[in-house]
Amino acid sequence: MNTEALKDLLYKIADDQLILGHRNSEWTGFGPILEEDIAFSSMAQDKLGHSLAFYSLLHELGESDPDTIAFTRNANQFHNSQLVELPIGEYDFSLIRHFLFDNAEILRFDMLTRSSYTPITTVATKLKGEVKYHVLHANTMIKQLGSSTEEAIGRLQNSLNEALPYALGIFEPSKYEAELIADGIYEGEEKLKAAWLENIKKVLSQTQLELPDLTTITPKNGGRYGEHTEHLQPLLDEMAEVFKIDPTAEW
Amino acid sequence: MLTKEQILTWLEEVKDPEIPVLSLIDLGVITDVTVSENDEKVTVEMTPTFSGCPAMDYMKRNVEEVLAKNGVQNFEVRMSFDKPWDSNKISEKGKIALKNFGLAPPPEYNLILDLDILEHVNCPYCNSDNTDLKTPFGPTLCRSMHYCNNCRQMFEQFKPL
Ligand SMILES: [Zn+2]
Repeated sequence: MNTEALKDLLYKIADDQLILGHRNSEWTGFGPILEEDIAFSSMAQDKLGHSLAFYSLLHELGESDPDTIAFTRNANQFHNSQLVELPIGEYDFSLIRHFLFDNAEILRFDMLTRSSYTPITTVATKLKGEVKYHVLHANTMIKQLGSSTEEAIGRLQNSLNEALPYALGIFEPSKYEAELIADGIYEGEEKLKAAWLENIKKVLSQTQLELPDLTTITPKNGGRYGEHTEHLQPLLDEMAEVFKIDPTAEW
Repeated sequence: MLTKEQILTWLEEVKDPEIPVLSLIDLGVITDVTVSENDEKVTVEMTPTFSGCPAMDYMKRNVEEVLAKNGVQNFEVRMSFDKPWDSNKISEKGKIALKNFGLAPPPEYNLILDLDILEHVNCPYCNSDNTDLKTPFGPTLCRSMHYCNNCRQMFEQFKPL
């Protein structure tokens, strides 16, 4: 088994969860309605719990303890997709991001329940049920709002157009793609993306939203290799401050 | 000599802080208790309900306090996913306690979570199935919110997981 490949996989999953968890928590007290305020706060708690579970797996592989990993790295050491670091924007954008991200996340977890690396299998099996509620929430809201008023549909469509290039960045292949597949650790981003596309199309077809032509879109890649938008570092600084730990310059 | 049974009896007094009628044993989060032969070391294995549940640390501390209070000197309480929790692990006694507390208990299910088992949850107040899921997220991670069309009130369910 290639440990570097495994770590790379764990980092990108955990970092996605940590960053989106923090973004979701920014809705606490600001949701458009109380139910959505509660939903985003709950999902934030879940996501932070999930990141801790994956950082713990990394710790078992010899990386630092979860708090150190989470709160002392700089942006160029994070492997999250750029999608999750974008500011929360208006509710429409956060909802679309949640829809696009969690529909991929549930399929990723499902794949990981079949991983040859047993510690991942255990964690994925446990957490899959929780992500299911996130997907249920996202799909229900998209179906409702995506076939409601002209204004709501228009706003969601704009957010979808804006978020989609970043969402495609979720599936940016790692440099270890072939090893991970060969070792049976992970079935790969290509396969994940195909299954994801099928699922989001199924939901969108029940709304008046339209999926832009993917062949005309350039994915916003780079996140998996430490390239980020200007929005990530300020968020990391804020997180580090909350945890009263000084970010290290090198790691 | 300490026995597993004795320890389980003590642990019966540790309740879920969010649902004070439900013991951790009935909740199903205590997955094993062992007493080692040679040094009487007590190991309590626990597993979280929802992974991000902020009450889990509190529950773990309570277990440690109960062991200490009963004079156990050598103990360890471990939290892991080794025997992962699912809502079928809530005991029958626990489900009755939930219902009496006004929370719909999670239905026994095949561990394949789909929308169907969340719609038409049995209302804990009037037992009607004529209910709708309002939102899968409630005041705590383990609760969903429902509306009963029969007795016309909101109620919460301990979510299946
Ligand atoms: Zn009722």
